[in-house]
Amino acid sequence: MKKYILPSIKLTLVLLVICSVIYPLAIAGIGKFAPGGGKGKTLSVNGKIVGYADIGQKFDQDKYFWSRPSAVAYNAAGSAGSNKGPTNPDYLKDVQSKIDTFLAHNPGVKKEDIPVDMVTYSGSGLDPDISPAGAYIQVARVAKVRGLTKDKVKILVDEHIEKPFLGFFGIEKVNVLKLNIDLDKLN
Amino acid sequence: MSMELVGVVLIFLITVLLSYPLGRYLAKVFKGEKTILDFMNPVEKWIFRICGIDPRKSMNWKEFLKAMLTINLLWFVYGFFLLIFQDKLPLNPDGNPGQTPDLAFNSIVSFVTNTNLQDYSGESGATYLTQLFVFTFLQFTSAATGIACLIALFNGLKEKTTNNLGNFWSIFVKSITRVLLPLSVIVAVILVFSGSPSSFDGKETIITMQGDTVQVSRGPAAGMIAIKQLGTNGGGYFGANSAHPLENPNYFTNMVELISIVLISMASIFALGFYINKKKFAYVIFGVMTFFFVLFCANNIYFETKGNPELDKLGISQQAGNMEGKEVRFGAASTAYWSVITTSTSNGSVNGMHDSLMPLSGGVVMLDMMINALYGGVGVGLLNYFIYIIIAVFIAGLMVGRTPEFMGHKVEAREVKIAALVTLLCAFLIKGGTALASYIFVHHPNADWAVKPSAWLNNPGNHGFSEMLYQYTSSTANNGSGFEGLADNNIFWNVSAGIVMLLARFLPIIGPVAIAGLLANKKYIPESSGTLKTDSVTFGVMTIAVIVIVTALSYFPPLALGPIAEYLGIHH
Repeated sequence: MKKYILPSIKLTLVLLVICSVIYPLAIAGIGKFAPGGGKGKTLSVNGKIVGYADIGQKFDQDKYFWSRPSAVAYNAAGSAGSNKGPTNPDYLKDVQSKIDTFLAHNPGVKKEDIPVDMVTYSGSGLDPDISPAGAYIQVARVAKVRGLTKDKVKILVDEHIEKPFLGFFGIEKVNVLKLNIDLDKLN
Repeated sequence: MSMELVGVVLIFLITVLLSYPLGRYLAKVFKGEKTILDFMNPVEKWIFRICGIDPRKSMNWKEFLKAMLTINLLWFVYGFFLLIFQDKLPLNPDGNPGQTPDLAFNSIVSFVTNTNLQDYSGESGATYLTQLFVFTFLQFTSAATGIACLIALFNGLKEKTTNNLGNFWSIFVKSITRVLLPLSVIVAVILVFSGSPSSFDGKETIITMQGDTVQVSRGPAAGMIAIKQLGTNGGGYFGANSAHPLENPNYFTNMVELISIVLISMASIFALGFYINKKKFAYVIFGVMTFFFVLFCANNIYFETKGNPELDKLGISQQAGNMEGKEVRFGAASTAYWSVITTSTSNGSVNGMHDSLMPLSGGVVMLDMMINALYGGVGVGLLNYFIYIIIAVFIAGLMVGRTPEFMGHKVEAREVKIAALVTLLCAFLIKGGTALASYIFVHHPNADWAVKPSAWLNNPGNHGFSEMLYQYTSSTANNGSGFEGLADNNIFWNVSAGIVMLLARFLPIIGPVAIAGLLANKKYIPESSGTLKTDSVTFGVMTIAVIVIVTALSYFPPLALGPIAEYLGIHH
């Protein structure tokens, strides 16, 4: 064992320099040229940062398009899913209450049209997106609260649908923060 | 849905296409032939010189393993103390506390063993210093340890008779300089340009559009994410792992990470063919692994895209599939594919929460870890598979009444005993651990630990049992994913899972390397008409049968109590 200890110590020190100092510093250096400068891409309104493009935030007011339910209440100093199993009775009650809340705030919406992503927790608790169906189903409410025509709001949603690359690498989705920023500009 | 499936199939095909040339490259590197990265030669020479290492010195299997174990032990001691005292050390902009001794024990074992089970959450349980100097560092070195031990096996199989398995230091260093580091740089740069953070700035406070004040955790994440995937480590920078938008910002990064997770493991199979010049043997292995892999993917994609029948009863639209614990930008199909690929390899990173998988998808990911050799962890996957081969050779030998042979060497009692012990060990750790935890949960619900046993589980009934079973399965497979509802940061889980990870890492490495060393030492017997052809489809089918029998006999009872019972509960 003894003759292996000294090479082990020296090699560990050398590799610490390579893997834990040079490597991350090099990536950080390259990152300065990336969008957001390696600090994450932010979005601003009137020069003021209102959020990160990739990190979801809480939208539960009727005048905005809602985000998905979050197990960490969109606190981005942490991240987690609900970790609820599919047959957990308490979980199913929780989903039921989310359905009830959604129906109460969106009169006229039929239960069978509510897309599953609007009443289930995301994996990270910070999901920035909702499905196109999840956006369209909120159009009537948002238009009514803001005194806009449904068509105008619907067109805005149309414009915000991000299509999959080449048609099959990805999922159609809507970034809620970007949508709501442009929604504010409509008024 | 169907377009989602096309995407997943294409990702798999791209992975295979990339891993083949990488396999040829790996074989060249470790044979010492010319490659495009020969400009690293002076760097390696410099490393060997200042460390006082003679890279040409041959090692027999015992010397090889001693060198490997010594340096691993050193990392354990070093990392343990760094984690305990991280609050007093620099690079801690968020002011996070030191880890408790039991948590530090679990964390350091977890990273030394390439498991990356994380009982802490990156945002609050680690500092930038420990993220880089403990976790990222060990993600490189634990993966390189796996590669080195695999090459030792290759060397044993390559020569007719030898006691030289290669020089541990030399193979280990080259695994980093020629394989892990260059690939990590490529992946990290892709991630940084897609939005993953790489800077050393601390949390930022922002005011959202609704007027909430929110803090956003950041840090030098991109580099760690690259090596966590390529080295089948799986330990995330952020708590939610690759479901976190900064770890995995979009579908493209999701593709890159999905490819990275299995790339080196898949390439290792082709490398074996090139290295020992038996390509057909490698293709048979690839075929067997892919057979199981495709079956598992089909199961999980089916159940996850179909959605949760319990939510159907509530009357909503589940066109998107089971979205609980999943992210919209990945969708149900690619998240289901990830769940299989991360458990086939010993990676364990997740882009959706496994605790919220449908019952049989959850069952399949556990089964996948119980087999732990479908492509497998970097290096160790093939070592595990080698054990199945030895058992298959032995049984085939018994069937025809001849002393079994493998690669021109007699497989005798000693080798078969080692193989059997390794197989039994894993079954013992998974079932023994789960039995112990279940006993304590039932009989000592109020034990005075940081989390009382009665509060361990996040879900009742069979699913709760699955949470415990999953934890030991993941620890034994050195996988590191979790049914994260389990409250695991307390002395019972930290220590018991830590011990399981240690045993299940090193004994299954020592076993195959020892077998390779013992076999290579024996007299070479030229192939004759009576020799079992291990590169035939028949032998492939034989190996499939062995894997099915070994895992079905060992693991059907606990799987029946957990996921299978939960499934039947929905469909009764």
